[in-house]
Amino acid sequence: MASNAPISCSIVVDSKPSAVDDVCEQILSKLEENGFSKDDIFAIHLTIEEAFLNAVRHGNKMDPTKKVQIDYSVGSDKVEICVTDQGVGFEPEAVADPRYGGGLYKPGGRGLLLMNSYMDVVSFNERGNSVHMVRYKEKPRLTRNQDQTQI
Amino acid sequence: MAAIKPRISVEFAGKATIIRFTDERILEEKDIKALQESIMSVIEQAEQMNLVLDFGNVRFLSSAVLGLLIRISKRIYEHDGQLRLCNINPKIYEIFKITRLTKTFDIYKDVESAAEDLS
Repeated sequence: MASNAPISCSIVVDSKPSAVDDVCEQILSKLEENGFSKDDIFAIHLTIEEAFLNAVRHGNKMDPTKKVQIDYSVGSDKVEICVTDQGVGFEPEAVADPRYGGGLYKPGGRGLLLMNSYMDVVSFNERGNSVHMVRYKEKPRLTRNQDQTQI
Repeated sequence: MAAIKPRISVEFAGKATIIRFTDERILEEKDIKALQESIMSVIEQAEQMNLVLDFGNVRFLSSAVLGLLIRISKRIYEHDGQLRLCNINPKIYEIFKITRLTKTFDIYKDVESAAEDLS
């Protein structure tokens, strides 16, 4: 049985796409232990993949000598994940929306949109080489009876 | 039915070529490159390709796969072919909706409806 105290951990891995597997395995198992739903786990898994690949590809420019740091905290109600690369950073506001215009037909540029869509909070540090993301555990849907105000 | 590597299976039904992803998870860059090579080699076999991509086995994918689909669609449309996607599970369909790729791709419920007027 999981305790109420959040589990926090920091991992530093090689900057290569396949390194995300171990990171996901570690975090997703903690989510399962803390009773996160399948939808939550799908969303968080997708987000880690996208954030990590952005760090490797765009942040560290596929330089295998660089590292990616992942700090995470899994609690009973939310998960927080921070992915930091060793690149020069970028301006998230300058990234074009891939849903409109020519972006719709470009092969890339959808990772940030998916991160924003699946996480409740997504923020970058000033340098733009570290993304902090939070997702709150999916709340059970209210049933009709629960929805009615008790008099 | 011919199997190409362990990544896809290919079936020919009249004028339609049906490619089925055999993996549950499509994530790694090298897997996506292998998929691209396999699918492009199938596309090159016909002058005008009517392709149905069956996602029935796929439970998880990353945005890199969406990029692969865009590249495939460009190649097919350049040769006046047609591309249809089908059997996409609800969680993955959500990814298509978020990215608005539901506006770009023709998405069908199953292989039969996707291939119907292509045969």
